[in-house]
Amino acid sequence: MTNTLHRAGDASSFHDDYIVFAMCSRGKNDEDAVPRLRKFLEMACQFHPVNLGDARHGGAYRPSRSLNPLAHWKRDAKPDFDAVIAGLDTPTAAAAVFDNRAAAEDLLKAVREADLGLSVNISTSVEGAEQCCYAAGLPRHSVGYSLGFEGKTEHLPNSDVLMLSTMCGHSMVSPSLAKKMIDWVKEGRRTPEQAVQYMSRFCSCGVFNPSRACRILEQTRKRTK
Amino acid sequence: MRIDPNKCVACGNCTYVCPVGAIYIDPDLKRATVDQDECVECYACFNGLSQEHLNPTLVRMVRKTFQALRLRFDPEPDVCPTAAFAPQELVWPRVVRRAFSDPRVPHESTGIEGRGTEEVKTNDISGRVQVGEVGFTIEFGRPGVGVWMHEIQQMCTALTQAGVSFEKKNPITSLMSDVSRGALREDILGEKVLSAIVEIKVPVERTEEIIRLVWEVEERLDTVVALGVGTRCAPDGEDDVVAPILERLGYKLHRAKTNTGLGRITNRNLQPQNEAVAQ
Repeated sequence: MTNTLHRAGDASSFHDDYIVFAMCSRGKNDEDAVPRLRKFLEMACQFHPVNLGDARHGGAYRPSRSLNPLAHWKRDAKPDFDAVIAGLDTPTAAAAVFDNRAAAEDLLKAVREADLGLSVNISTSVEGAEQCCYAAGLPRHSVGYSLGFEGKTEHLPNSDVLMLSTMCGHSMVSPSLAKKMIDWVKEGRRTPEQAVQYMSRFCSCGVFNPSRACRILEQTRKRTK
Repeated sequence: MRIDPNKCVACGNCTYVCPVGAIYIDPDLKRATVDQDECVECYACFNGLSQEHLNPTLVRMVRKTFQALRLRFDPEPDVCPTAAFAPQELVWPRVVRRAFSDPRVPHESTGIEGRGTEEVKTNDISGRVQVGEVGFTIEFGRPGVGVWMHEIQQMCTALTQAGVSFEKKNPITSLMSDVSRGALREDILGEKVLSAIVEIKVPVERTEEIIRLVWEVEERLDTVVALGVGTRCAPDGEDDVVAPILERLGYKLHRAKTNTGLGRITNRNLQPQNEAVAQ
């Protein structure tokens, strides 16, 4: 889940971005991990996540292998959390995305009580994670800092596009699609909510944050450069 | 990946969804085409686009009519109307591209999807990074730039010259022909992947030296690098050791992933060791 670490943006831009994920380690705690990972996702659902996913099968917004052409006019827009939980059938990483700190804190408290034996991580701003751990009575065990992007950064797109596309750390949400969605929202061809769903469907592990993406699209709508 | 020219209607939707921009409408063929040299076999097009199964001839006719009348149909942008993507059977060494680029394919060496690394995410049970140590994840190519294996080798070689050893449970390490020199297998050096991670661990005193080394090497590479630095916190959850070093080097620590320490060994054959790890 390094895919949740290197999100573009400063600390304040993560105020609505909290990812709590659980995973096991091969040969150490992967026996009977599937029901425990499912339990984790079920618990997460109680706190109203904005996305949910497993690294093998995808998130709560999924593409269709056989789309009805009428979808161009009317398309189901709801996240399917049940499909994510039911589809988890192998030890993998399970993630829940929240747009507020209180929900992430509540999930951490609940997971602590449940004692699932899985490694549970939270990915957000450094301060946000500290506060969540403190609230849940969990001193941080380890921390992995993102130092951002370096090297030939001239190959990277502008900061708005980068904030959107890096919400899938596997790069499945392409910068070109993110730019297109910014343009479509500016043109009034799609609402931010619609644009966000197109991008969410490409994120193959369900860690894309539709709430944060919506906010970013609204902010870029009136930006002149 | 290839696109079936008999099915493609050149709607252009796929040209936007390719993370590395390897799909374009060929002006002569008038069909979407994949630049095989640049394609990293991430399957974002095949997996991410919804598929309709419309008749290609009919769709082309409708599109031509709309174009002639200067009308714009405003279809969903995440749809391939004729399900034109036709994945190829990949053989060695091209299969390496997919292993590192398609996040749904687990790496054989670690059993993990994505870039196949555990880092500090399972540090509470693996004990991979101990107090007084720093774990580095040096990631290349993300987001949307990609990286050639020979570029990764440049970094690996420089790290071995500095006396650094690589994490064994890591997909890049598993592709080395000579770990002591940081040399990757010759036959994969010409492969391009969406991203890959090199993992190392050093005593905390070497943090600055390693970062400066990475800075020096990344100047020579034609890609982007994302550095991650992992450390074990003190019993009270604080990190007063590594964060100050990073800040002194000019980094602003905006984001981190934090291991909450809830993991424990549960596999039955290992349970006697559980207490030892907890200590």
